[in-house]
Order: sequence, then C-alpha cells, then structure tokens
Amino acid sequence: MNRRDILRRSAAAGLLATPAAGLLAGCATGGGGDKDDAETYKGTKSEQNPLGVKEDAPLEVVIFGGGFGEEYAKAHEAMYTEKYPKAKIKHSATQEISKTLQPRFVDGTPPDVVNNSGAGQIDFNGLVSQNAITDLGELLAAPSLDVPGKTVKDTLLPGAVEVGSYDGKFLVLNYTYTAYGIWYSNKLFTERKWEYAKTWEEHIALCKQIKAAGIAPWTYAGLHPRYMSWPLIATAIKLGGPSVATAIDNLEPNAWKSDSMKAAADAWHQIVKDKFILEGSPGLDHKQSQTAWCQGKAAFISCGSWLESEQKDVTPAGFNMTIAPTPSLGSGDKLPFEAIRGTAGEPFMVPAKASNVAGGLEYFRTMLSKKGAQDFTKKVASLTVVAGATEGVELPYGLTTVVKALDASGANGFNWVYNNYYRKLERNLVDAACGEFFSGRIGPAEFLEQCQKGADSIAQDSSIKKYKRAA
Amino acid sequence: MRHGKWPLIVTFLVPPVLLYVVFVVSPYLQAFQISTTDWLGYSPDANQVGLANFKTLWHDDYVWNALKNNAVLLALVPVLTIVLGLFFATMLAMGGRKGRAGVTGVRGGALYRTVYFFPQVLSVVIIALLWKEVYHPNQGLLTAALHGIGLSAPTWLGDPATAFWCVLAVMVWSNVGFYVVLFGAAMSAVPKEIYEAVLLDGASRFTTLRRVTLPLLWDTVQVAWVYLAIFALDGFILVQLMTNGGPNFSTDVIGVRMYDTAFGSETKFGYASAIGVVMFFLTLSVAVLSLRVGRRERIEYS
Repeated sequence: MNRRDILRRSAAAGLLATPAAGLLAGCATGGGGDKDDAETYKGTKSEQNPLGVKEDAPLEVVIFGGGFGEEYAKAHEAMYTEKYPKAKIKHSATQEISKTLQPRFVDGTPPDVVNNSGAGQIDFNGLVSQNAITDLGELLAAPSLDVPGKTVKDTLLPGAVEVGSYDGKFLVLNYTYTAYGIWYSNKLFTERKWEYAKTWEEHIALCKQIKAAGIAPWTYAGLHPRYMSWPLIATAIKLGGPSVATAIDNLEPNAWKSDSMKAAADAWHQIVKDKFILEGSPGLDHKQSQTAWCQGKAAFISCGSWLESEQKDVTPAGFNMTIAPTPSLGSGDKLPFEAIRGTAGEPFMVPAKASNVAGGLEYFRTMLSKKGAQDFTKKVASLTVVAGATEGVELPYGLTTVVKALDASGANGFNWVYNNYYRKLERNLVDAACGEFFSGRIGPAEFLEQCQKGADSIAQDSSIKKYKRAA
Repeated sequence: MRHGKWPLIVTFLVPPVLLYVVFVVSPYLQAFQISTTDWLGYSPDANQVGLANFKTLWHDDYVWNALKNNAVLLALVPVLTIVLGLFFATMLAMGGRKGRAGVTGVRGGALYRTVYFFPQVLSVVIIALLWKEVYHPNQGLLTAALHGIGLSAPTWLGDPATAFWCVLAVMVWSNVGFYVVLFGAAMSAVPKEIYEAVLLDGASRFTTLRRVTLPLLWDTVQVAWVYLAIFALDGFILVQLMTNGGPNFSTDVIGVRMYDTAFGSETKFGYASAIGVVMFFLTLSVAVLSLRVGRRERIEYS
C-alpha cells in the first residue's frame, strides 16, 4: 500500500465522520428510562408557604441569554434566597435552550425553571404533547407575594393566562407583555407635520405624501417576512372581529380565506403595488430593516414592543419611536381603531420532571410579585404581565407609548396563538408566503391560498397534536 | 522486532477504534433505530412505526425541494472550486515568465497564497455574516459597486431568483483558498525535471497543465472532489445563517431540513433521524461513485 492509497482510504473514512446524522443522535439520546422520584423535594404547606417549598431544596434556573440579558433573573433569584436562605440556586444562561436541555429532558433530570425562548426555543407543541411541563394552576390560585388579598391570578393582565394555556391547562408563564403594532418616529412626523392615519384610505394618502417627500413609507424584514403577517392579520381581525383569529388558531377549513382576510390582504397589497416599500427591503433581515428605519429611510415598520430595546444602540437621540394600532379598513370594522394586539411573551416553564417543582412555582411567584415585576421593567425596559407594575417606574419614550396604546385598547385588545400551537405554520409556511406577497411576486389571492395550504398541511399531519381554543 | 508487533498494534489501534465505535459508529446505529420511531425528543417515550417516516419523507415536497438544491450544489460547487483552485495554484506555481526553466510562480506568490487562504482562517459564521453585509441590498459592497457603474442591482438574498446563486458563490469563495494550497503543495512535489523536459519539447502552458500537471495531481484532485461533494450535500451553516432556506425555500438544503425538523419549527426527532439516514446513504453513494468514476491509471514518477 503506497501513500496515495492511504490518503484515499483516509478520505473514505472521513466520510463516515462527516454527515450530521450521527451527531444528531449522539446529542439526543442521553439515557432514557424513567427517573424514580427519589429526589423530588416537598415541604409542608402553610399560609407563609402556600406552595409547599422545601426550605433547603436546591433550585436550578436556566435563562435564555438574549436581549433581556440575565441580570434580571439574578435579581429574582436573590429575592428567592431572601425568603429561603438555605436554598442553593444554580443559575445558568444559554442561547441554545433546545440543544442544551434536550438530553436532560430525555434523561428525566431537567432544571426546575426554564426560560424557553429565542431562536433555539423548544417547540411547545412537542413539550405539551409529551406532558413535559408542570400545570401552573396551583400557582394561579396561590396568594400574591406582596399584593395583599389577591391571588397571583388576580394580579395578571388580561390574556396572560389564555396565551399560555393548552386545552384549558395553564402550562406556560409568559412573563413579558408585548404589544404588536406599527411604529413611526414621532420626531419625523412632527417635523414634517404628518399625522398617523386612522383609516386605510388616509394611510394610503399619507404614504403618497411620505413618498413624495423622498422617504420610503414602509420597510420590513424581508428575510423574516412573517413580521408583516402581524399587521395584516390584525387588520382582518379589526374588520371581522376576534372570531377571525379563533378560526385561524383552530385550523378551521378556509380560515385564511375568510372575507375579512381577503379584504385585509387586498388592502395591504396596495402598499406593494404602489411601491410604498423601501427598495431592497426583501433582502434585509430584521436588524437591517429596523436600522434603515432608525436612519429615517422609511417611515413605518411592523414590530413588537421589544423594538425599542433591540434598537437601543442605533436609535438617534430624540427619535421618539411610537407604536400605533393598524388603521381601520372602514366604518364597518367590528373593533375600534384603538384595538391593538397585546399578548404575553417570553415563556417560562417548570418541567414536569423537575426535582424541585414547588421551588419552581415559588420562583414564579417571586417573579410575579410587584417587586419582582418592577425590578424587571426597570432593568430591561419591558412590561410584564403583572398589572400596574409600571406605577412609579420611569419608562423610556417608546415604552410609554406602548403603555398608552394598551390602555386605549383596553378590553378591545385581541391576540392569536396559532404561532404557539403550531410553530412551523408561522415560522416556515406563512413566513414564505409573506415573502412572496410583500415582494410583489404573488397577489393577495395566491397569498391566502398559500397560507391556507400551509394550515391544511398542519391540520392533516397526524403527528402534530391539535389544540382548540374558545373565542 | 517480530515479537514486539502485537503490543504495538494493540496500543495504537484498539483505543482509537474503540473511541471511533463509541463516538461515531454507535450514534449512527442509534440514528438508524430512532428513524423507525415517532420519537418527539423531550421524553423517553417513543413508538415503533417501522418505515412510516421514510414513507412520509418520500411524499414530502419540502424534502424533495431541498434535495434538488443539493443536487445543483453537487453538480456545480466541486467543479467550480477545483477549476478555480487548479487555475490559481498553477498560476502561483508556474505562472511566471522569468527564467528559461519556465517553472516559477508569479511575482508576489506568497502574498496571493495568503489572500486566497484567508477565508479558510475565518470561521464559517463570520463568513456568512460578512457576506450578508456584502449582499445588503442598499448599502452592500456589491450593490454599491453595480450602482457605481450605473447598473441596477437585484435584492440578492431577498429574491428566489438570485438567493441560491449568491449562497453558491460564497460556498465556492470560502473553499477555493484551501484547494489552492492543497494543489500547490501537490504541485511542488512534482519534480522540476519533468516540466523542464516538457518545456524543451515545446509544450504550451495549457498542454502542460492538461497532460502533465493534472494527471500527476489526479489523486489529490480526487480527494478534493470527494470532500467537496460531501460539502455540497451539507452546506448547512452557510445556508442557515445567510437565508435559513428562504426566500420561499429557494435556498433550502437537506441539512437545514433536518435541523429545522429536530430543533427549529418542530421537534420531530424520529423524522429528522430519517432525513439524516437518507443523507447518510446519499453522501456515501456520492463518495463511492466519485471514487469509482475518478479511478485512472496511476502515473508513478519515483
């Protein structure tokens, strides 16, 4: 055998090591077999300790190391140890929740508190259908830590429980409260004497005016075009009422092709047809498009209320970003102009097989205390699901407009959850359809057709667990 | 010597083989086993479903679309990379005009080599982010250059018509440098006398490359071919970071499908393993085929 043969054979052997299939299995199967509850910590319940925390039981918290950082969690942990000084807390933060924790779920040794968020988030449909999450009902019924006379549930904003519920069971605590709307710079609008339009007709007229002034009216994240599905669906819901959303969430046949959705898609097609979108937007990712918007190249962008903290580093001083609801289609709208999509986000969970379930729930109770929530808002400039926790906290400009918009929306606020139930539907299928639609390659009819096809494919897939919600 | 052979073999062969079996072969076998289950990945429970995953796969349009893209990559990436690599390596090794012997490189060869090799030093993640900015449809280098000479530019990664070719170009760009160095090393092992003889016979540069250099480098080229073919069947990191398979699945590859099925939009580990198994056999067949097809009579010069 000469050296060429060796080279050739080593190349062939290299083959075996290359594709990722083995890797996938390698990191996936950690062991298996059920863990006996040898190490589950339980204490005695009392008035002071309604969840039955064992005082010296260790608590493990895993935080998603994203935009919010991890300092807020360390503060919550400090509050927990204040009450249970004997409890040792193990804290870690990661960007890859799914890959880090997957083997531990299989092994039956997951941490006690998981902040399941970010791009590496674990799909909730998968977790829920495998009964991997603790029911948080007990937490809701427990008294609030620092609001006397109220249960934890009483202190939460409307919609906070619904969004984390699957088939009526409250499993996921979504800690932040997010509003989704259309953003503009109040500074730019004041300078130019523009006023945010309340109806679609006025909106188009305003877009013309903006374009004439040499600014693109719109931009969007072309590489994550689902951001634009939010105002479109919101427009449809405001026209046809919340049942438009329930139909989509419940995967009802032709939910995407309802009259309201058709009217909304037709309306939004206008900004594509009239070239009201910043040139090149289909090739921008979310940061790039948001930056173009902050640089004043475009007037409007669709985003959630995390926008302000995400853009902190590149927003010019005095930019005064302001959130606004989507314009009404006409006088026939079922919901008023002020109605805005508000929903709880940033999911936390206690795994069903966590060894310190009671501690996990108690940790949530700490987070949901007024003190915990205020501390969070101060640290990361984001609202929490705890009602009234912003009182006495000075908020940045954009967040103040969010609070105002949510107040004005009040009981007319709406939301949809198909993206939680069926992650693939929004992240892959509706996303692809939005990309085609907002770059002008397909029309409204084809757009809805493509979304419906995606929803149908989920409905027919027997390997995906289905959820229903009432209106 | 003879009696000392076995201890040597045992010490140097058994531990690596054991490691290989534990960390490479056994996960593979597990992947095969998992691919026949409906395992969802976050509990130990899984049901045997036989070949149902493979049946679903056969009817999965998204998988076929990804495979089609991989096929195009497989047809183009190795050819482009090897041709460019050979061209640059030849220029560096014998492109110069100086001297009668004719086998000197162009001036500043060392600098060029460094420049070509540069992408190899960067992490793939950095390459992806770097090119994402180059492809920025408004401020990117490429768009600005085209605008500068009065041409209009497409939205690159935002258009299904261009996105795939943009990614393919980056794949070739990031690989060429390595093969320039590889081929260059192989070329420097070829005795100069051969070239001198060929030149005395009056052969042109192209004939020299085709009739002398290439045959002498054939084994190296073949190895390059196999590695690039594997790369083309994967292409995961660049695609995931630059486009994540979009727009409208136009840049999707099978690796991204597998990742997305396991960690991305769904948690179907059984199904993802089935995709992995298919990938394994595809890669294996491609490698075996390219080794077979590329077999030539060996030329010995020593």
